[in-house]
Order: sequence, then C-alpha cells, then structure tokens
Amino acid sequence: MLSINDLRASVEGKEILKGINLEVKPGEVHAIMGPNGSGKSTLASVLAGREEYEVTGGNVIFDGKEILEMAPEERAAQGIFLAFQYPVEIPGVTTINFLKTAVNEIRKYRGESPLDAAQFLKMVREKAKLVSMNDSLLKRALNEGFSGGEKKRNEIFQMAVLEPKLAILDETDSGLDIDALRIVAEGVNSLRSPDRAAIVVTHYQRLLDYIVPDFVHVLYKGRIVKSGPKELALELEEKGYDWIKAEVEAVS
Amino acid sequence: MSTETIDLKTRLITDFHARESVMNGEASSEFHQKKRAALAEFDRLGFPTIRHEEWKYSNVKDLISASYNFGAEGSVGFAELEDLKIPEQDANIVYFVNGHYSAELSRFVSSQTEITISSLSEAYKKTPALVTSYFDELTKGGQDAFTALNTAFAQDGIFIHVPDNQSVTHPVILRFVSDARVQNVGSQPRNIIAVGRNSSLKLAEAFRTLGTERSFTNAVTEIYVGEDANVEYYKVQNESDNAYHIGTTQVRMSDRSHFYAGTVTLNGRFTRNNLNIVLDGERCDAHMYGLYFPDGTQHVDNHTVADHCKPNSESNELYKGILRDRAKGVFNGKIFVRPDAQKTNAFQSCKNIVLSPDATMNTKPQLEIFADDVKCSHGTTTGQIDEEALFYMRSRGISRPEAMALLMYAFCADVVSQIKIDSIREYLEGVIAKKLAS
Repeated sequence: MLSINDLRASVEGKEILKGINLEVKPGEVHAIMGPNGSGKSTLASVLAGREEYEVTGGNVIFDGKEILEMAPEERAAQGIFLAFQYPVEIPGVTTINFLKTAVNEIRKYRGESPLDAAQFLKMVREKAKLVSMNDSLLKRALNEGFSGGEKKRNEIFQMAVLEPKLAILDETDSGLDIDALRIVAEGVNSLRSPDRAAIVVTHYQRLLDYIVPDFVHVLYKGRIVKSGPKELALELEEKGYDWIKAEVEAVS
Repeated sequence: MSTETIDLKTRLITDFHARESVMNGEASSEFHQKKRAALAEFDRLGFPTIRHEEWKYSNVKDLISASYNFGAEGSVGFAELEDLKIPEQDANIVYFVNGHYSAELSRFVSSQTEITISSLSEAYKKTPALVTSYFDELTKGGQDAFTALNTAFAQDGIFIHVPDNQSVTHPVILRFVSDARVQNVGSQPRNIIAVGRNSSLKLAEAFRTLGTERSFTNAVTEIYVGEDANVEYYKVQNESDNAYHIGTTQVRMSDRSHFYAGTVTLNGRFTRNNLNIVLDGERCDAHMYGLYFPDGTQHVDNHTVADHCKPNSESNELYKGILRDRAKGVFNGKIFVRPDAQKTNAFQSCKNIVLSPDATMNTKPQLEIFADDVKCSHGTTTGQIDEEALFYMRSRGISRPEAMALLMYAFCADVVSQIKIDSIREYLEGVIAKKLAS
C-alpha cells in the first residue's frame, strides 16, 4: 500500500530525514517511535504534504502512485489522513461545515456526487458516537476553545468520517489523560480493517497498549535504526532510548 | 472659457445661484438659509486635497475631474432592478433613483402610528417647521466640504420620524439606485432619521448602480437616537466599478440609548464613509462594525468617530477588510473622551487580510482622552492567510482556493453575524461567499 524509499527531506537547509525506508501493507499498523528531534513528526508531515519541508531525495509510492508531487488535498483524496499533533483552531468555521466541505470536495475529486444534508448528518452522527463526540462540539467553531482531549478526539472523529486508507497519527496521545486516550484508541481500533493501514507516531509506549501495532520502528537522527515486533515498544519503555543511541553510535 | 473646463466646484456654485434665483419667497425660509450657509462653507473649504489631514490617503482628484448630471431623471422599472434586489422579507422598501424618490417602486407595510416615512421633499411640504428643526442640526459646522455640499443641494432623501414608545416591527430599507446607463450621474440624497424616546428602529441603506458610466453619490444621513431608544443602521454598498461614493452618517445619542452600525462595502470604484457618533448621553452604547473587500484598483476609506461626551457610556468598534490586487484601504478611527465622560469604555479594532503585495492598507487609530477614569483600547492588524490553517484544511481534502474562501469567510463571520435584518444578512452571506470564491 505504502512504500517509502530512501526518503530525504530538509527544512531551512537542515536535513531532517536522511533516507527513510518503510513498507506498509494493507491491514497493518506500524508504530514509529524515537527520541525527541529524531524526525518522527517531520516524516508524518512530509507524507501529508506540508510545504515547509523540502524533499531532497527518494520517493513515496501510495497505491501505485508517486505522491510527493501531489498537493495535500490530492493526497487526502487518495486516502491519506494525518491526525495533527497540534490541531489548528479555526474561528468562524464550524466543525460540521468544515467536514461537509471536506467530504464533498473529496467526493468531487473522485467523481462522486455530493452528499445531501440528510445523508451527511446521518453519517456524521454515527461517526460521532464512535469517538463519544458531543453534538455541541460539532456546531462550534473548529477546535476553537476545545480542550486538548477534545481536539484529539475531533481528529479521530474526522478520520472516522473521511475513512482514509492510510491514517497517520502524529503523537495523538500527547496531552491526553488515560480516559481520553482510551476513547481515542477505541476510535482508531474501530476503523481497523484488512484494507486499511495506520502509522502511529508516538514518543511513549502507553498508546500502544491500546492500539497494538504489528511493527515497531525506531527513528533516530533521521533514519529508521531498528525495527521489530510489538514487544520492541515495551523494551523501549523499560530501557529508554539510550541503548539504541549507543548501538547506533557504535556502528557509525 | 468653454463649459468643459469650468471645474466642478465653480459649476456647482453657479448652479446653486441659478436655482436660488427662481425660488421666489422660499429663498427666505430658514430651511434655505441653512442651505445657503452650507454653500458658503463649501465655497470656503473647497474639495479636499491630500494635504488635508482627513484626506491624506484618499485622493478625490479623479472624482472631481469629471462632470456629472446631478438629479438626472432615471426611468427604472421593477424588471431592471431584479438583479439588484436583496430578496425581500416584510419590510418597508423605499426606492430612490438618481436621488429622486420613486413612489411607484416603493412600498410601505408599517402603520402610521408606529412610524412616519416619507420623502424629504414631501415631508417638507407638509411639516416644514419639523423638518427644518432636524435638518443640518447634527452636521452643521462639520468642516467637511462634501457634507456642506450635500446640505446646500439637499432636495430629496428620506424623512423618518418614530414617535415615543414605538417599537417598529418591520425594518425600513432604503434603496438608492444610480442609473448610469447613458451618462455620468450624480446624486446627493439627504436622510433624516429621528427616533423618539423608548422606541426602536431597524434601518438599512443599500446602494446599487445600473450601467457602467460614472456615478457619484454624495450621501448624508442624520440620525437622532432618543432616550432609551434602540437603532440599528446598516449601510450596504454594492456599486459598479465606476461608482464614486462619499457618505457621511452623523448620529447623536441620548441617555441610555443603543446604536448599532454595520457598514459593508462590497464593490465600488472609490468609497469614503464617514460615521460620526456623538454619545451625548449617559449610559448609552454605540457599536460599529465594518467590512470591505476592495479588489482591482478600488479604494475604500472608512473614517469613524466615537465622541464620548457624558459619563458611563460605551463604544465598541470592529472593522475588517480583505484586500486584493492593487486595492487600497484606509481606516481612521477616532475616539474622543470629553472631560465629563468619566467611566467611559471604548474599544476599537481593525483587522485586515492583504492578499497581494501590491495592495495597501493604512490604519490610524486616534484616541483623544480628556477624562482620567476611562478604559480605552485599540488594535489593528494587517496580515495574510494563516498558512497552518490552510494546510490543516487541505490535509482534509479541501482544495487551496476553497480553503482560502472558507478562511476568509470565517474572518468576516463575526461582522456579518452582527447584522440583525435577516434578509440583508442572508443576502450578504451569499454575496460574500461568492465574492471570496472568485
């Protein structure tokens, strides 16, 4: 489904990603872990098409198509979704209106007719239940004055509505208490299916208790330096990242 | 000297004297004496140049270099107005074509016990003393050439009188149409709105143009807000790319009254709006909202004054603009707090999005405070669209142009939502959304 080959990217002349290789198959959940500043969020942003990052090498094939030349909205229409680490507050645009525009823009891109108001509302209500999203939040301006937990829940809610093939969760667990974390994880798990995949970027193992990954990768200094089964996350939790750093330094 | 080279000022003054010479006895009336005094003021002031502090960024040279047929008869029927109409609800609709009241197009739904609505000329015929007592009382000595010019030439416009203790249910919508299909036209509508004690009124002025020749509108509205009265006043300008508009709205508020103004400039070649509010009462509150969307080489200038004269009053102001291409915007907001006006609260904010490096916005807040126990604040911002917000929306599949339109619309939403006449707000929502999507 997703094939990242020797991906290099820099911001303001500084290389952050120094040759990432990753294969994600349908149905899989991959966790990307690593210490602060290792390039985790950069990887998530580059995949979603954030323009501050300059791709300096490599390619990314999604469903057979090279996506690095695509605008962010095209990638979304292809089925890529990024749950933001810091969701943006947008005063004056209600969550419901925003989502309706997004859904219908994607449908337009795919050559489908727009959903009418009734169809849309019905679908939205069902998805809101999945993440225990209160109706009143939907009518409020997008993320404006939302608590940290509400913002993250809103990300997962949007994901549920847009039903992406590939979901990228960028530190979705940061700033969440345990109850909010559970709700968010349940939302993500309910979307798991054999034809969808997810990349879960996280600093801590905690989230992976709830969203159990098939693979864990450790990103350090812009490269994936270690990959393993889900148990690797537990090992990292217990021992921290220093032993990984030491291993890398020893080799180089 | 051929007539073409006589400048606009000279021509107007000559025209005034020509009209005066055929007035017979009416020339000695108090009403006419006010006009004569205004003409003298206009003659003394002359059209402003950019050396004039109040006109530093707004050059009227282009406006006054052309000639206009003032008071040209326009023959406009319903069919021609169809495209210009704001979809109607139950409202009193009053039409003026090239400044002339049109009885044929107008319609009234409110009862005469609630409100008197008539053209200024009709009102003067019926009740000259009443009309004279209001005429130019708020604007006299205003040191503004265009206002003086309007006073000197005031012939038609609206006269609205709401007696005490009347809550006028249906709004009054004044529609000023410039028929510039065959020639340059000029009009100088003069409106007097007097709202009595403990009464309320919703009022809108809408300006449109037919045709592509030049139009010059020089409008003046005087609004008296009685004690405990509540007046909402909206001005909607959606004129042609060849329309020049100078407007002054002069308001006087009494004790415990409320006044809301919403000024929306959708289109026009050159627009200057003066909104001057004198808070001449205790415990009153004034609210000013504005929106403007100049593009191309359009020019929009909003000058506002909140003049606090008495204690315990509040003024609150929010103006927002989106500028494209080579458009120019000007905002000048004055707040005066007179020595007696202790415990004044005055807030002012002007926010702008400038979408092109060639567009300019000049903002100037001006606070003059002569009392010591007051709360005043002002702020202006001029920026671009928030790129992070844009990326967030695009990452959800919303195209860049659509995301821009949504963000710009959101930027305007808190001003649009202040417009309490439903048909006008809904009209604006539609027009603005369309404008921003283009």
